[in-house]
Amino acid sequence: MTNSIAEIEGAKAILVTGSNTTEMHPVLSTYVKRAVRQRDAKLILVDPRRIALQRHATKWLRPKPGTDVAWINGLMHVILEEGLHDEAYIRERTEGFDTVREVVKAYTPTAVEQITGIPAHDLVAAARLFGQAERAAVLYAMGITQHTTGTDNVKSLANLTLLTGNVGVPNAGLNPLRGQNNVQGACDMGALPNVYSGYQQVADPAARERMAQGWQLDGLPDTPGRTLTEITEAALAGEIRALYIVGENPMLSDPDLTHLEKALRKLDLLVVQDIFHTETAQVAHVVLPGASFAEKDGTFTNTERRVQRVRQAVAPPGDARADWEIISELSTRMGYEMAYESPAQIMDEIAAVTPSYGGISYARIERHGLQWPCPSPDHPGTTFLHKGQFARGRGLFHAIEYQAPPEVPDKEYPLYLSTGRVLYHWHTGSMTRRSAGMVDRVSECEMEISAADAARFSIADGAPVRVRSRRGEIQAKAKITNRAVEGTIFIPFHFAESAVNVLTHGQRDPVAKIPGIKVCAVHVEAA
Amino acid sequence: MKVKLTIDGKEIATSHGNTILMAARRAGIEIPTLCYHPRLPASGACRVCVVEIEGRAALGASCAIPVADDMVVQTRSPRVLEARKLAIELLLASGDHNCLTCQANGACGLQERAYELGIETLAFAVQSPGYPKDNSNKMIERDLNKCILCGRCVRACNDVQVNEVLHIGHRGGKAKIVTAFDRSYGDSQCVFCGECVALCPTGALTEAGAKFQGRPWDLKKVRTTCAYCGTGCQLDLNVHKGRVVKVTSDYHHGVPNFGSLCTKGRFAYDFIHHADRLTTPLIREKGALREVGWDEALERVAGQFSEIKAKHGPHALAVLASARCTNEENYLLQKFTRGVLGTNNIDHCARL
Ligand code: SF4
Ligand code: SF4
Ligand code: SF4
Repeated sequence: MTNSIAEIEGAKAILVTGSNTTEMHPVLSTYVKRAVRQRDAKLILVDPRRIALQRHATKWLRPKPGTDVAWINGLMHVILEEGLHDEAYIRERTEGFDTVREVVKAYTPTAVEQITGIPAHDLVAAARLFGQAERAAVLYAMGITQHTTGTDNVKSLANLTLLTGNVGVPNAGLNPLRGQNNVQGACDMGALPNVYSGYQQVADPAARERMAQGWQLDGLPDTPGRTLTEITEAALAGEIRALYIVGENPMLSDPDLTHLEKALRKLDLLVVQDIFHTETAQVAHVVLPGASFAEKDGTFTNTERRVQRVRQAVAPPGDARADWEIISELSTRMGYEMAYESPAQIMDEIAAVTPSYGGISYARIERHGLQWPCPSPDHPGTTFLHKGQFARGRGLFHAIEYQAPPEVPDKEYPLYLSTGRVLYHWHTGSMTRRSAGMVDRVSECEMEISAADAARFSIADGAPVRVRSRRGEIQAKAKITNRAVEGTIFIPFHFAESAVNVLTHGQRDPVAKIPGIKVCAVHVEAA
Repeated sequence: MKVKLTIDGKEIATSHGNTILMAARRAGIEIPTLCYHPRLPASGACRVCVVEIEGRAALGASCAIPVADDMVVQTRSPRVLEARKLAIELLLASGDHNCLTCQANGACGLQERAYELGIETLAFAVQSPGYPKDNSNKMIERDLNKCILCGRCVRACNDVQVNEVLHIGHRGGKAKIVTAFDRSYGDSQCVFCGECVALCPTGALTEAGAKFQGRPWDLKKVRTTCAYCGTGCQLDLNVHKGRVVKVTSDYHHGVPNFGSLCTKGRFAYDFIHHADRLTTPLIREKGALREVGWDEALERVAGQFSEIKAKHGPHALAVLASARCTNEENYLLQKFTRGVLGTNNIDHCARL
């Protein structure tokens, strides 16, 4: 997030899109709801599903899945048309505005209605709410990024916030809501093929030199590595022969599972380190028992860049060990000694080689977390980014044209499938499906379908259904609900027995390499 | 401009807009409360925080009355203490406050107030309303016979979480905390955030899973960060006999969650001690996984990584890190991948 969670409560307008906030980020959503209920903020919700936040929305836009760039360009069209943009801000703090102005010209409310299905007058009303607000915040999550055009979607939202002068000021900003507890931290720490911790490029000789020095290691590889999808492909091709998976269960979370399983089975060595015998562990050659968050010390970085302590409360079960200990031991056995005594010591090393974490130490975050960038021990941390100036100098506009999603419903596969999570479960369910309270509320995979679609495909509430795509087929239980809108069904991905990612496609966004999990076309019938 | 007033003979200067209660607390004068909580809008319902204000006939609820210049306030006069005692005595008689069997024993606002006021015997006959317990779910146990109608749960649900599930209903002239149509929690629109439980001062709302798992004074609290979503709520794992038996959160910690949690953070902790946990390394042999010691497992992995690297080069190796692991672990993994394995083939699964 460019801004902080608590700042949301002070925003005058909040645009939420691709985020079922009350279920995915429940406590964060309370800031949104309080802003609306208690401080009269305007909430613009853009989501095909009638999610719980809809009850609080001042304006609800319901686009066809995969048409985000079109409605965002449409909002900008109206904002420009009505002079609601922030001219001084654009002039002083940004560049590239003219190309965007050119591109959005064609996105008139009527043209956008044709693409997205959003009534023209609703688009205009939403644009006014956003454009007129003194401070407007955009919140988005995987519903925006998990598309083949995910990068375009995010850039478009960035355009919208720049156009209205909402980046680099409090109570506003462009705010991705990170799904898992420490995705932010995993990225910050360089668990990515192209960057070291703190987003220092592996291809940059100076960065490489710095890390080599800090680590006392020579010959660090200089070309970016492979992404998860590329790793899968390379494994299939026999180019990658060993894979070490720590704490993840791609056999349930990844798109196009059949393909992935083939790849994993081809490996000479698959090592899985986890706390449960997950679907992925079941195909491993070696399984290493790790510790849960309650059994180790460390830090997580939340979605507002706040580095906070994780503390050991109980001992790991049996012979299980903290992951940092396992990794250290493995490294030592391979000839590079890692002799850390504690995670605190690892954090000191992180601070030494990672400029944005330079001022972070366990002593400083003993009571309260710190938000990076925090470059030095006396730096108070950063509540919101780009204050006064952007990291790169000026905020850059990107002119983006709408592109239709790669797979849209047709005769054979007449419905959109959208995937995601439900309140009571998390990711692949390995934790929540072993927690009694959650299972008591939701124990099986429910496919949400509108009454109209249910009638059209002769599906009864609570009845078993077969859902088929070009890639595979699964079974689930139908739930007729007014959360679903006509033409789109929703299936959560927590359930191995109804692994929805058998249906989704692995086609990726060309830049972010995030799979287009959110949109695909399916056929539904009673089972 | 500061407001100047006198509380218990002490001259105090405080900010405009503060209540008497806030001004007193800031000056180190403790006024007992029951329905008040700093996270919630004040309601003045319980009459426990009453004080005597010079020039006013009636006692006033200090949590709801703003300070004014030259106010003279008594917080412990005989009249005030008598009124407080009566308020507590009436509440003690209003329901089934059987501390012996109550999960909240030792962490109950009503019990504490009664103790502070030196209440030894019941002044009035107990008239418990006789409501059936709400055991409709596995997270929240609700026994309205212990409810003192302080309304904290209602404000927690509506003003903090904005879930708008609870309200004060009247049935047959008798007030009761209800969901829509007086349904059980399980059948209502409740999303089990547990904010109402956290802010209930009595045993009316308790964590079902923590029942009989440890008394409040047995529990050791370890502050940590939630392992579910990216909000990063701060919470306290409540540990007894080496097990996590409950999760709570401290309002006074402040950002990012001010004591609020959601259903996952508060109630989805059973997995920690689940029988399915992996407890020993495993190696696959002839198709089946066999339990082995760490030495053997790590030797095997280190050996085979080295072998493959020697034969096919470093880029035949790859690592998937995790959004669930700590920063320190992710950092070590990238260091290990780049520095020891010799490749940049590292990624993690969920990219957002
Ligand atoms: S658990 Fe949360 S939603 Fe349910 S009644 Fe309590 S405060 Fe309201
Ligand atoms: S249930 Fe608890 S919080 Fe709610 S009114 Fe009763 S005693 Fe107060
Ligand atoms: S308690 Fe809920 S909202 Fe808070 S971090 Fe955990 S999952 Fe997210």
